[in-house]
Amino acid sequence: MKKLVMIGNGMAGVRTIEEILKLAPEHFEITIFGEEPHPNYNRIKLSNILQGDTSFDEIIINPLDWYKENNIQLYTGEPIVKIDAEAKRVISDQGREVEYDELIIATGSKSFILPIPGADKQGVTGFRDIHDCEMMIKSSKEYKKAVVIGGGLLGLEAARGLLNLGMNVDVVHLMPSLMERQLDHIAASMLKAELEAQGMSFLMEKETVEILGDERVTGLRFKDGSEVEADLIVMAIGIKSNTEVAKNSGIYVNRGIVVNDFMETSVPHIYAVGECAEHREIVYGLVAPLYEQGKVLANRISGFEAAPYKGSVTGTQLKVAGVDLFSAGEIFEDGTTKSIMAYNEYDRIYKRILIRDNKIVGIVLYGDTKDSTKLFRMLTKQEDISGITSVSILQSECSVSGTSDDDIASMPNDELVCGCNGVTKGAIVEAIKTQGLTTLDQVSHCTNAGRSCGRCKPMVASILEHTLGDQFDASAAQKTSICGCTTLSREELVEEIKAKGLTSVKEVMNVLGWNNEEGCTKCRPAINYYLGMIHMDEYKDDRDSRLVNEKMHANIQKDGTYSVVPRMYGGVTTPQDLIKIAKVAEKYNVPLVKLTGGQRIGLFGIKKEDLPSIWEELNMPSGYAYGKTLRTVKTCVGAQFCRYGTQDSMALGIELEKKFERLDTPHKVKMGVSACPRNCSEAGIKDIGFVGIDGGWEIYVGGNGGVDLRAGDLLCTVKTKEEVMEMTGAYLQYYRETANYLERTSKWLERLGLEHIQGVLANEETRKALNERMDKTLKKYIEPWDEAIHSEEIQEKYYTKHTIRVGE
Amino acid sequence: MLQTITRIPVANYSNLKARAGYSIKIDDKEIVLFKTSNGNVYALENRSPHPKGGVLSEGLVSGDYVFCPVYDWKISLKDGLVQAPDTGYVKIFNIEIEKDIIFVVL
Repeated sequence: MKKLVMIGNGMAGVRTIEEILKLAPEHFEITIFGEEPHPNYNRIKLSNILQGDTSFDEIIINPLDWYKENNIQLYTGEPIVKIDAEAKRVISDQGREVEYDELIIATGSKSFILPIPGADKQGVTGFRDIHDCEMMIKSSKEYKKAVVIGGGLLGLEAARGLLNLGMNVDVVHLMPSLMERQLDHIAASMLKAELEAQGMSFLMEKETVEILGDERVTGLRFKDGSEVEADLIVMAIGIKSNTEVAKNSGIYVNRGIVVNDFMETSVPHIYAVGECAEHREIVYGLVAPLYEQGKVLANRISGFEAAPYKGSVTGTQLKVAGVDLFSAGEIFEDGTTKSIMAYNEYDRIYKRILIRDNKIVGIVLYGDTKDSTKLFRMLTKQEDISGITSVSILQSECSVSGTSDDDIASMPNDELVCGCNGVTKGAIVEAIKTQGLTTLDQVSHCTNAGRSCGRCKPMVASILEHTLGDQFDASAAQKTSICGCTTLSREELVEEIKAKGLTSVKEVMNVLGWNNEEGCTKCRPAINYYLGMIHMDEYKDDRDSRLVNEKMHANIQKDGTYSVVPRMYGGVTTPQDLIKIAKVAEKYNVPLVKLTGGQRIGLFGIKKEDLPSIWEELNMPSGYAYGKTLRTVKTCVGAQFCRYGTQDSMALGIELEKKFERLDTPHKVKMGVSACPRNCSEAGIKDIGFVGIDGGWEIYVGGNGGVDLRAGDLLCTVKTKEEVMEMTGAYLQYYRETANYLERTSKWLERLGLEHIQGVLANEETRKALNERMDKTLKKYIEPWDEAIHSEEIQEKYYTKHTIRVGE
Repeated sequence: MLQTITRIPVANYSNLKARAGYSIKIDDKEIVLFKTSNGNVYALENRSPHPKGGVLSEGLVSGDYVFCPVYDWKISLKDGLVQAPDTGYVKIFNIEIEKDIIFVVL
């Protein structure tokens, strides 16, 4: 095996390695040195991190396992300080020496920091890596005033992020117009107005000459003598290729490491790719050209013939909320260009293309970028547009997409559609065909296309339209279906089940034309729930359409063992039950016995084959700690013992739990009953909470103590226990009938509105009808653990592990 | 290189329920058999390819795929490959069926 070493562990370099692994697996012994202490992550998304839309874990492209799986030796936090080209080896800052047959330099770039006095003070940063982001986020917690130097793409994204972090932001720009390399004057002033409306301030035509402050910055001074205050300064003026190691090792360096059309440097067996490389006098800073370079290099290094890299035309899109902007190619007219312009000042839409020799050479779109993909393709393919040179070229078509069918048909399968995630047209078409996808949402989920910057979404929609042909349904393609197996929404599904009288999961999927005959983990449990809700006691539950916990009637743990939580109504137990639990725990060597959050005892770490015998020995009902159903009713001690208690909370809790246990609900339901407003059962953060007051009960709804932390709203106040039961039954049944599957009551209540629900439940007739349907449904349930103990068939199918010994 | 191929009888075909996982342990190997609705039987290592692990035997079976019960990854029963957008694979074992007896080939 030949030895391949790469200096740098960023997007362009690692993509090149991925390409090499595809072309020539097992061909190289690969070593990567990275200066940052992380695996390869998506630098494009740093602005999303800063703007608070995502976390660092989510932007990792190649997790450490990927390096392991591909036998790549990775050294993080260890930069290379010297290349010995004669001996063909590299030396790291820790003195490690590694030999190579082929060497790739992919050291990327760093922020260009102005060489002015004070630039080394605390509180001055670039905007280049996760460390910079973390520093800005930290500063925003202590300081208020930020200044971004640079009104280009990166600077504006940083400024928007700092606004989101709650800072006051000034943007300093040397030129009279923002993003002057990508935008003409009209688009630039529209952009400026929009960003000012969002809260940014601009200091135009200001040249920074000094950064003020002692240890930490306090402000900056401009050439005209004026000053501005700042606690944080972000320099986003541009990038500077990291070329030191190449330069010190005798490789020819200009602005970047100079490479030919095959990414070869001036020294044999040493290549450069990405932001550190200079190709035909251009250093690229956007990801798409870098990926193109990586492809060329991978072919070259693996010994395949490949077309040379001839440079790229790049398109730019600003990733700032509320701004739709696209630009590509040339911006300013010279004597040889003509432009077509459409400017709608009222709707704030501006479009302009530059044309030379009947070909598009530049594009600026503001306010409406639907045509960006179409126009950008026309630009890169140098299409002759003499037949259509009129304003019509700038008018969006009325279809979902901006791309004509012919364009899609002529597009080669290996053409990249989503540059961020490296998804080709071929991959999208294949996913649509093999997985029967019909909506944009589904395609994004299955292929990742369009999940990063989103610019390719119109193109993905066009490919979907083209691939499906007559079966394409534009309105369906945009809506959210219950899952990828169908285009039906929840409402449509429920309507169809009722209208067609469908009675089984299989029948639903058959009759309603599911494109996966047997559905998936999203639709099958949902259909099973809706059928049970609609047909009440007549429906036979489809156990194999439930997910693992509900199917096994136990919670699966991460090591494949299960937990068992027996019912303890209202959190009240007896010495006899405690003895039983203790005996079982001892006999089966249960690794963990713990009180749960819902006032009962959980046994954790149980093997599935032991479940039926444990249930039998416990001889207690299932606590349904695993179900989309009523979990527990937490109670306080109440009037029976507590000197503050005004009501018998334990008795009410036990009655509620006994009545509604096992009921299927769209998501789990928790209740709490307190005997006084001190609320020891935390009823205010339960799906339904009851608080005893003098002469009655307050009923709170829509509380949540989990992901959607929410205090409950007062639904009503009632006088008697009978009224509590009636109101609770009606409320729960209304939730069961109108919520989406997997929608907690907190979300459901906010969607429908408290007043709407109060209005529905105010009507006595409605309440009565709801309770009748509830009572009918409750009749069908049987104790699941007891059922399993007495059914060999269930035990054999779900709880058996067959052990076979060989050679004994 | 000398290689031993072992064929181990593990189950009766007619005993397997469609769309249910049949977990077996051969010495220290954890294997799961899945029978699909159209009668195909597949043998896989009973371990989720997700980095955090878990079992596959209690997963939901749909066509020639199983969904990992712990992390909901979709896995092809035919070749063990994890479906996009997730990646990875599960080791699969060849099986042979003779007169209602299923053999796993190790």
